[in-house]
Amino acid sequence: MLEYVLYSLLNSLVLGMLLFMLSSGLTLIFSMMGVLNFAHASFYMLGAYFGYQITTVVGFWPALFIAPILVGGIGALVERYGLRTVHKYGHVAELLFTVGLAFIIEESINLIWGRNAVTYPIPAALDFPIFTLLGSDFSAYRMFMLLTSVGMFVGLYMVLTRTRIGLIIQAALTHADGVSALGHNVPTVFMMVFGGGSALAGLAGVIGGIFLITEPAMAATLGPIVFVVIVVGGMGSLTGAFVASLLLATIQTFAVGIEYSLTDFFALFGWQVDTMGFLKDIWRIQLSHTGPILPYLFMVLMLMFRPKGLMGKRES
Amino acid sequence: MKRYLKQYGIWLAAAVACTILPLVFNSGFAISMLSQMGIAIIFALSYNMLLGHGGMLSFGHAVFYGLGGFLAMHAINWVGDGLPLPLEILPLLGGLFAVVCGLIFGWLSTDRAGTTFALISLGIGELIAASALMLPGFFGGEEGVSANRMVETTLTGFKFGRGIEVYYLIAAWMLICVALMYLLTKTPLGRVANAVRDNPERAAFIGYNARVVRTMQYTLSAFFAGIAGGLFAITYEIITAETVGAIPSGNVLMMTYIGGVGHFFGPIMGAVLVTMMQISLAGITHAWLLYFGLLFVGMILWAPNGLAGIIMMHEPVWKAGLMSRLLRAYGVIAIPTLVLFIGVMILIEINYHLSLSVNPDEPMSLFGMTFHAQSPVAWILSIVLIAVGFFFFRKAQQVVRDSWNEVTQLMKGGA
Repeated sequence: MLEYVLYSLLNSLVLGMLLFMLSSGLTLIFSMMGVLNFAHASFYMLGAYFGYQITTVVGFWPALFIAPILVGGIGALVERYGLRTVHKYGHVAELLFTVGLAFIIEESINLIWGRNAVTYPIPAALDFPIFTLLGSDFSAYRMFMLLTSVGMFVGLYMVLTRTRIGLIIQAALTHADGVSALGHNVPTVFMMVFGGGSALAGLAGVIGGIFLITEPAMAATLGPIVFVVIVVGGMGSLTGAFVASLLLATIQTFAVGIEYSLTDFFALFGWQVDTMGFLKDIWRIQLSHTGPILPYLFMVLMLMFRPKGLMGKRES
Repeated sequence: MKRYLKQYGIWLAAAVACTILPLVFNSGFAISMLSQMGIAIIFALSYNMLLGHGGMLSFGHAVFYGLGGFLAMHAINWVGDGLPLPLEILPLLGGLFAVVCGLIFGWLSTDRAGTTFALISLGIGELIAASALMLPGFFGGEEGVSANRMVETTLTGFKFGRGIEVYYLIAAWMLICVALMYLLTKTPLGRVANAVRDNPERAAFIGYNARVVRTMQYTLSAFFAGIAGGLFAITYEIITAETVGAIPSGNVLMMTYIGGVGHFFGPIMGAVLVTMMQISLAGITHAWLLYFGLLFVGMILWAPNGLAGIIMMHEPVWKAGLMSRLLRAYGVIAIPTLVLFIGVMILIEINYHLSLSVNPDEPMSLFGMTFHAQSPVAWILSIVLIAVGFFFFRKAQQVVRDSWNEVTQLMKGGA
C-alpha cells in the first residue's frame, strides 16, 4: 500500500509537471489574446515529432534545444500571418482558425511520418534506474523530466517577474493600450509570447513524446486535458495552472488503481443494491474505469459553479 | 396567385427537386450520397440554430445527434419485438429524447455564452463520449447497437428494403425540418434569440432572461439534431459510440461554417458541399482530410461569411449589372490560384505516396502521368509551382481588390 501511494505520487508529479509545461503557455496566450488556442496541443505534437526526427540525425541533447526553437518559430509565424489576419473577424473566427490549424497539423504529421506511432526511445544516457525504493525502480528519465520541468517553471517565473521584458509582458496582458502608449511594440510582444508559449509546448513534446507515446493522435488525447487544467486553475493564472496540473495528474493516477464501484460503496453501509435492471451499468462502474471522464466532470462542474476557476481573477 | 408563387415557390421547387433527383441520379452510390446529404442538412441547420442564430459556439453538438440515433435504434428493435409504432415516425422519438437531454444540458451550460459555453459544450461532449464505453446497456459497448429496419408496421406501405425508399423518408423529414427551422427564425423566440446573441444585457433590460432564451433555442436545436440522428439510425442500421464523439461534432461545425452562418441557407450549402467532398474525395485520395482542413482555414482567412456570404456579397453587384467587371478580375486570380493549388497537390500526393503506400518505390500516377515519387523533377516542379503561384496570387489579390473598389464606387454613383 505504501509503495502504491508513494509511486503514484511520484508519477503524478511527473505527469503533472508535463501538463504544467503545456498549460502554462496556453494560459499565458489566453490571458493575452482572450482566445483559447486549440492548436496548442498540436504544437506539443510537433515538438515530439521534431524531437524524434532530430534525435535520429544528431542525437537527443541537441534535439532538446533545436526542436522547441523550431516549434516556437512556427508559433510566431502562425500568430503573425494567421491569427493577426483573422483578428478583425472576431473571437469565434480566431478560435475556429486554431481549430482548423490543429486539423491541418495533425494531417500533415500523418502525411510526413505516417499514421502509426514512431519509435522514440529513451536516450541511452538516461536509461537506468536512478534509485530503488521499496523494491521498485524509479527511472532516471522520469527524474530528468521532473528536473527539466521544475527548471522551466523556475525560469519562466524568473523571466516574468524579475526581468524588464517580463514586466512589459505582464503589463501588456492587462493594459495593452497603456504599454503601447509608452512606446513598446505590443503586437511584437504578443507574437513573442505566442512563440514562447508554443516553444514551451514543443519542449513538453520533446520530453513527453518519449514518456507517453509519439503518434498522430497524441494531440487529440492531451488537448482537452490541457483545457481542463487551465479552466480548473483559472484562465490566465500561472499559479492556478500549476496547482491544477498537479491536482488533475494526481486524480488520474490514483483513480486508475482503485477498484471500487457504487455497489461496493453501498455495501459498506450494509445496503444491497439491485445490480440488475435499467441502471445496472451504473452500479457496476469501477472507479478505475472513470479515469477518462473525471477531468471533464471536474471541468463542467467548475465552469458551472465557479467559472473563474481556483485562482483566476476574471471570468472568460 | 403570383404572390403565393413568389412566397412558396422556392419550397415547391425544393420538394420537386427532392423527388426528381434520385430518379435522375439513380445509382446506389448517388442515392446513398443524397440520403447522407439530407441528414447532414438537418444536422447542420440545427447546429446553426446555436452558432448562427443564438451565438453559441458548441463543440459537442453530436451528443444530441448520437443520443437521438441510439434511442431510435433501440426503438427499431422494440418495434421489431412488437411495439405498435410505424418506422416512419421513429426519428421523432430520437428527437424527443434529444429534447429531454437538451433541456438538462442546455440549462446547465447556457448561463454564459462565449468561451465558457464553448468549453462546457466541449466538456459535455467528451463526458458523454467517454461514458459511452462505460454504459454498454445503452451504447452497446465497442460494437455499438444494430437493428433491422425492415419491420412490419409502416405508415406508407414501404418495406424500406431498398435505398430509394429510405431516401424518400429522409427527404420528407428534411423538408419538414427545414421548413420548421425556417419558420422558427420568424417567431418571437427566433428574434429574441438573435437579440440575446447580439446584446444579452439589452435583451435582459427589456425583460428577457438570456438563460431561458438560450436554453429554449438549445433544446429546439437538440430536437432537430436528434431527428437527424434517428434518420442516421434508419439509414445505416448500426450506430457506434463514435457518433457522439468529437469527430462528428467538429464535422458539423466545419460544414456550417464553410456554408456560412450568417444566412439561413448557408448551412444547407455547406452540408451538400462537404458531404459531396467527403464521399467523392475520399475515394480519390487518402489526403482528403488535409484538403478539407486547408479549405476550412482558407474560408476563415478569406471568406469568413462562408459560401452564402460570398453569394450574398455579389447580389447587389448582379442587380446593378456590373458582374462582368468583377468576372474579369476573378479570371485573373483564377490562374495563379490554380497553379498554386496544383503545386500544393503534387507535394501532398508525393508525400502521401512516400509515407503511406505499401511500396513507396513503385511509380505513382497523377493527372494521368506516371512517375517515381523520389524523382527530384516532381519535387522541384511542385515547389516552383507553389512559389510562382503564390507570388502572382498576391499580385492578383490587388487586382481583385481594385476592381471591387471600382464597382463599389460605380454603385454608389448610380444610387
